[in-house]
Amino acid sequence: MTSKLWRRGRIGLLPLVASMALSGCARAHFELLEPAGDIGAQERTLILLSLGIMLCVVIPVIILTLVFAWRYRASNTRATYAPNWSHSNAIEVVVWSIPCVIVLFLAVLVWNTTHKLDPYRPLDSKVKPVRVEVVAMNWKWLFIYPDYGIATVNQLPIPTNTPINFKLTSDGIMNSFFIPQLGSQVYAMAGMQTQLHLIANKPGSYAGLSSAFSGPGFSDMHFQAVAMSPDKFAAWTRQARSAPAALDGPSLALLERPSIKVPPATYGRISPGLFEGVVDQFMSGRMSQTALMTATPPCTPNGHASRRVD
Amino acid sequence: MFGKLTLDAVPWDQPIIMGTGVVVALGGLFILGLITYFGKWKYLWTEWLTSVDHKKIGVMYFILGIVMLLRGFADAIMMRAQQAMAANDAAGYLPPHHYDQIFTAHGTIMIFFVATPFILGLMNVVTPLQIGARDVAFPFVNSLGLWLSVMGAALVMISMWVGDFSATGWVAYPPLSELKFSPTPGVDYYIWSLELSGLGTTLAGVNFIVTILRMRAPGMKLMMMPVFTWTTLVTNVLIVAIFPVLTVTLALLGLDRTLGMHFFTNELGGNAMMYINLIWVWGHPEVYVLILPLFGAFSEIIPTFSGKPLFGYTSMVYATCSIGVLSFFVYLHHFFTMGSGADVNAFFGIMTTIISIPTGVKLFNWLFTMYRGRIRFHSATLWTIGFMITFAVGGMTGVLLAVPGADFVLHNSLFLVAHFHNVIIGGVVFGSFAGMSFWFPKVFGFTLNEFWGKVSFWCWLVGYWLAFTPLYILGFKGMARRMNHYDHADWQPYLLVALVGACFIGAGILSTLIQLAVSIRDRQKNRDLTGDPWDARSLEWSVASPAPFYNFAQVPQITSIEQHWEDKQTGRAGVMPATFEDIHMPKNTGAGFIMSVFGFLLCFSIVWHMWLFAAVGLLGMIGTFLARAYNRDIDYYVPASTVARTEAERHALLQKAA
Repeated sequence: MTSKLWRRGRIGLLPLVASMALSGCARAHFELLEPAGDIGAQERTLILLSLGIMLCVVIPVIILTLVFAWRYRASNTRATYAPNWSHSNAIEVVVWSIPCVIVLFLAVLVWNTTHKLDPYRPLDSKVKPVRVEVVAMNWKWLFIYPDYGIATVNQLPIPTNTPINFKLTSDGIMNSFFIPQLGSQVYAMAGMQTQLHLIANKPGSYAGLSSAFSGPGFSDMHFQAVAMSPDKFAAWTRQARSAPAALDGPSLALLERPSIKVPPATYGRISPGLFEGVVDQFMSGRMSQTALMTATPPCTPNGHASRRVD
Repeated sequence: MFGKLTLDAVPWDQPIIMGTGVVVALGGLFILGLITYFGKWKYLWTEWLTSVDHKKIGVMYFILGIVMLLRGFADAIMMRAQQAMAANDAAGYLPPHHYDQIFTAHGTIMIFFVATPFILGLMNVVTPLQIGARDVAFPFVNSLGLWLSVMGAALVMISMWVGDFSATGWVAYPPLSELKFSPTPGVDYYIWSLELSGLGTTLAGVNFIVTILRMRAPGMKLMMMPVFTWTTLVTNVLIVAIFPVLTVTLALLGLDRTLGMHFFTNELGGNAMMYINLIWVWGHPEVYVLILPLFGAFSEIIPTFSGKPLFGYTSMVYATCSIGVLSFFVYLHHFFTMGSGADVNAFFGIMTTIISIPTGVKLFNWLFTMYRGRIRFHSATLWTIGFMITFAVGGMTGVLLAVPGADFVLHNSLFLVAHFHNVIIGGVVFGSFAGMSFWFPKVFGFTLNEFWGKVSFWCWLVGYWLAFTPLYILGFKGMARRMNHYDHADWQPYLLVALVGACFIGAGILSTLIQLAVSIRDRQKNRDLTGDPWDARSLEWSVASPAPFYNFAQVPQITSIEQHWEDKQTGRAGVMPATFEDIHMPKNTGAGFIMSVFGFLLCFSIVWHMWLFAAVGLLGMIGTFLARAYNRDIDYYVPASTVARTEAERHALLQKAA
């Protein structure tokens, strides 16, 4: 039953992915060191810088350990032996100061970069962001594009050089939404909504995954994020809107059933308020903030929210 | 009457599990047969199971650790084999539910039933001897704590054949660990085995704090305690502060699962984030609980084998205490990606980098202890040098993970897995083996075989680097932890190397077992007559090897941080006292063992909802405790004449050695 839905909903993204793979965007060797977006690039720089600073101490410590061990070996009677020496103010000052200086430097770095790279911070850009609502399900990813009235499963087409504003939730188990080459990951948690802001600066197809273990289907819970030029993306959204499948209460309920290795799919139409409905599904008896703010009553598989509005 | 427990709970159709079961059952029968054949049941009961002697309890903790290390390692090699095979979406040989149980059991066992028993074993053996005490403050509680830990381990082991084990990862995050998503008894086994062993650890914590604060030999001010004792004190303060948090957190999860409550569920106002916070309020200080005693062990080993006092004793003490305090302010770095604000993330990130200051100071202090020393390359020295190099790298990757911007991409990856194995193998495991080879003669009276000790060290060192360097690299290739299979063919070569590394580690473990066997065979040849085989510095080396059950014939007067070294310099060491007095000692008791057996029954019954048996278990525990509490016949005096005879024998041996 489910597979029929997939067949109806699938759309011609595969040729696109294939052509991109062939056009020099083959899989990177070290994803984190070969970022395809600004956030990832900043994080790579941060990693290399932090490692560099720390190696300034760690390498000498390792060398000194080996040198001292060898030089002061018992059989080397030519080396100085100071059997009672156990204190030196000068050395104490140095050994406390070196880590302090490094940590001071790191602390400033941490404070600045943590604010700059905060996943919740909207990216500075003149381009209007694209909104994507992410729902982690057992064991697949649902991506809703509220601006375009379309949704996809296990594939994430995005325009390049355009900030992507993600809102994330889960319909049950906690997962972590992660596209290594684009940068930061954030948890997707049931009954809650988290945010993430990413950008792809290079066209290409990037592996995405859940990095937080979520049960037996976890290892197959991956997808491709396909970054394409804004023109191609616009063309894709037009094409996607012609997809026959629609995502509404019943088809969402169908989708929420546990399944693995779900092939990519596209929904040409969506009911409004789906994402809010997933977030609010556990809030029985009380109107939540998101539900109050949406103009249309959210439609959820079990219809709680709609009933409340009535 | 048997609740949910039926014959179907046994996984008859799983050849790997049933095969292991047969082997374990045969091995168990063989051991029981041997005990019966040699008529050792009475000896086992009177000398070990009921013993309240801290040295024997320490040894039993170590045996528990080594046995469980074999199980935990079996899990590890199975995981490595699975990941080495399961490339290009091949299924490998372990289906997800089995594989998920294995990595959960591996983490749970290695932390709670290997690392924790190792440090408790070392603390038990060493601390009372270092402070000039004749036992711990509460010997019965000590025995109870040991047996509760053993029964917790037994519960994990039995889950393999009766039901299943948790398949949620070793910290059992809800909602996955809730009944809705994990309906089998696996998570209940996890919860109740940790409730049992956690109670045991809490009791040990109370015991050691009181022992160290109240039972030091006269003259030993706090700032004259050996560094191992200091680290033990700080560790046990941490234990008492955090293990109740673990106990309560798991109890709340147990209430969710057993009585349908909603602390951490998605529904009805439950919140999984609360569990994640609570588990790490316990979990982060816990890693310092594990590493601090080994920092202490290294601080005893380096001066001894360098022939110099520890460099910067005061610094070392302050570094230890500040690590203890700071360890409470870093736990959020386990979930920077949960969506906390930048201020919160930055605070915890900076606190974590700050904790590297005292840790770094410790490394420098060990370094300068070696400086201008006369270093003897005993296997304990090798473990220590291996530790210093390996741990420096592990500390660095830890600080990197504490930088939130870096953690956003490294979180939950194999880089993280490599990091914590780097510090736990490089720190806790190396330290435990260093401590074992160092203090072994103090308990058994003969030294361990050096050849096999060194083979073990090199296997572990090479094995660690081979097994985990590829995982560091795979983190940069975007591989998440806990994957059963993957479609990235280019990950496979790294995982094959990691498998080879795991085999080296296996050879290291095997070498340790051979080392123990060979050493026992050659025990007469390696007999330590002096009580001070390494020319060491602290008080435990002033008594005979093996230490007499009463430890000190006369309570020593403390005048120096390195009391035994000073006594050797001034000629006061090894002098036979002129007179002896009666020594007040605790009597052995089976109450701890019996209470723990009832505890096992209680927890096993809760797992399977066998309420009648659960009631029997609970009442049995309470009843045994009351019987013990009202028992006034718990101590006795060793007559001075017995002490005099024992000490005379000891001094005869000393003469012979001289």
